[in-house]
Amino acid sequence: MTTRVFVSRDSCAVSVGADLVALAVACEALRRGQDVEIVRTGSRGLLWLEPLVEVQTRDGRVAYGPVQAQDVPDLFASDFLHGGRHCLAQGLTEQIPYLARQQRRTFARVGIIDPLRLDEYLQHGGYAGLRQALAMGSAVAVQTLVESGLRGRGGAAFSAGTKWQTVLEQQSATKYVVCNADEGDSGTFSDRMIMEGDPFVLVEGMTIAGISVGASQGYIYLRSEYPYAEATLARAIETARCAGYLGADVLGSGRRFDLELRRGAGAYICGEETSLLESLEGKRGMVRFRPPLPAVQGLFGKPTVVNNVVTLASVPTIFAHGAQAYRDFGLERSRGTLPFQLAGNILRGGLVEVAFGLTLRELLYEFGGGSASGRPIRAAQVGGPLGAYVPESQFDTVLDYEAFAAMGAMIGHGGIVAFDDTVDLAQMARFAMEFCAIESCGKCTPCRIGSTRAVEVIDRIRAQQDVAANVALLRDLCETMTAGSLCALGGMAPAPVLSVLKHFPQDFGLVPASTTT
Amino acid sequence: MAPDAVVAAAIALHADRPGGLLPLLHEVQDRFGYVPPHCVPIIAQAMRLSVAEVHGVIGFYHHFRRSPPGRHVLRICLAEACQSMGSRQLLEHARKLTGTDLHGTSADGALTLEPVYCLGNCACSPAVMLDRELVGRVDAQRLASIVERCRSRA
Repeated sequence: MTTRVFVSRDSCAVSVGADLVALAVACEALRRGQDVEIVRTGSRGLLWLEPLVEVQTRDGRVAYGPVQAQDVPDLFASDFLHGGRHCLAQGLTEQIPYLARQQRRTFARVGIIDPLRLDEYLQHGGYAGLRQALAMGSAVAVQTLVESGLRGRGGAAFSAGTKWQTVLEQQSATKYVVCNADEGDSGTFSDRMIMEGDPFVLVEGMTIAGISVGASQGYIYLRSEYPYAEATLARAIETARCAGYLGADVLGSGRRFDLELRRGAGAYICGEETSLLESLEGKRGMVRFRPPLPAVQGLFGKPTVVNNVVTLASVPTIFAHGAQAYRDFGLERSRGTLPFQLAGNILRGGLVEVAFGLTLRELLYEFGGGSASGRPIRAAQVGGPLGAYVPESQFDTVLDYEAFAAMGAMIGHGGIVAFDDTVDLAQMARFAMEFCAIESCGKCTPCRIGSTRAVEVIDRIRAQQDVAANVALLRDLCETMTAGSLCALGGMAPAPVLSVLKHFPQDFGLVPASTTT
Repeated sequence: MAPDAVVAAAIALHADRPGGLLPLLHEVQDRFGYVPPHCVPIIAQAMRLSVAEVHGVIGFYHHFRRSPPGRHVLRICLAEACQSMGSRQLLEHARKLTGTDLHGTSADGALTLEPVYCLGNCACSPAVMLDRELVGRVDAQRLASIVERCRSRA
């Protein structure tokens, strides 16, 4: 009887040796005359256990990890093909607490199926959502998304339904759907894991968007730093097209929708939607003035839905199971689930898809297991390079969009980067402005010049030159950038800096003031 | 294929696509490792753009190069997650191993060193990318073996 063995093809797993492990399993099975089928899946998101090897047993999949190629003969000797005991054994994958505590909705198939097999996607509920959307018609479909309460998962958390509604209302023969796959925030990788682990869900989500708002062409703008995702998506799009899920007559409905994959070129600013549209048009990625909104005048001047990967990948499940089923997750105005990403100096880094409502402490310690170095976690940067450094005293804040906004932080794309107590946060504050200077598109003055000046001022403070005056100057500069920048890059680059001034003034050589709360 | 034939083929493929300049430049750089300056006027004419506009696009994006890189390109992630796991020290190590700084090429032409801000491998930091191959959990020893591998390959 053939035993199925699962090894991830996710680039994270491959980056720590998964290809070699898969090869070693194949060779060892051949040598021992054992009948093994190796399935290359996406990643389960238990990234500290990668390369993770799973074996199909009668009771379910049994996990072993982290496995290196040299461990493979020993695994065979321990009869791992029947779930045998071994020091790398992790038990049934579904019962690993990290996974068992999650609510996998958007990531339901990631790590389970072979991402490039359309038949497996269909067997696991794929394209049920598109069939529903086609049966509904445009107005009802858009209303369904509105009712789900889905907010953009890219960072801004704007109502996805409202965006679709606006595009639907525009009178235009040509409309577009654009997927923002320029996942540039440090500490985030959920978009990448979807694209590599379940690409058809993104294709389906974009098709539903197109059918709903009346767009016949979609573009995926993918960052150039993701070559593995590019290869997977290109194959998935081709497969979907050949099977009639894309093209002139989607599923025999008479509706046209097709997709094109476009590669970015290493510019963080192109994650900003108007800059992304400029880049798609073949220009420098300069931010546009708003209004007009992209939903009114977007790509090539036409009404355009611009949504992030996870947003679009959340759409099929909403249509397959109903808006209410999605709304039932979460709290207040943060509905549904969010795939958080635990990264940086963390013992158990990975993907945690849960309903809104957990605290940062639960994520960092109960899921993450504390720091990788074993030292205390001093700060967590939440929401990417423009996110605040959150001190330990605020780790009990509930993770929803409003609670974080209330304390001057943001959840953004759900990336959480942990730092232990060896971190120099004044250096990290400097880096925030240095990064802004490197990545600024240069269109507005506060961002273009302010970021460079801020680096200089921070350098003077760190050198203890005229500290009080320079701190005042830095605050003033931050205020100008926050209030006067054209987009979120210049507008939010001060957030990490101000959070360090507020919570970690000693790193700047300042005496913590009792008045700062 | 002769260089000019490559550019002609890329133009034939992409010039008439909406927003075709980026795909065209990628096609050229994928083949040569950079966008040869003498191609710029040819591309500009085909795209009905000014030479300055094409230069402007090439210059805007970190990915595009105007001069040839070494035989291999090693990109070290310097974003926050990798910094929290020691990528600054890793960069210092890379400087010593290669004898070059960021954006420079080692004297033997084996390796160009570049910064990158996030490779999406933030739970297996620090991460680097060698050409198009992602490597995670990189320590000094792994870095040394990567550099050695580049040197021994033609």
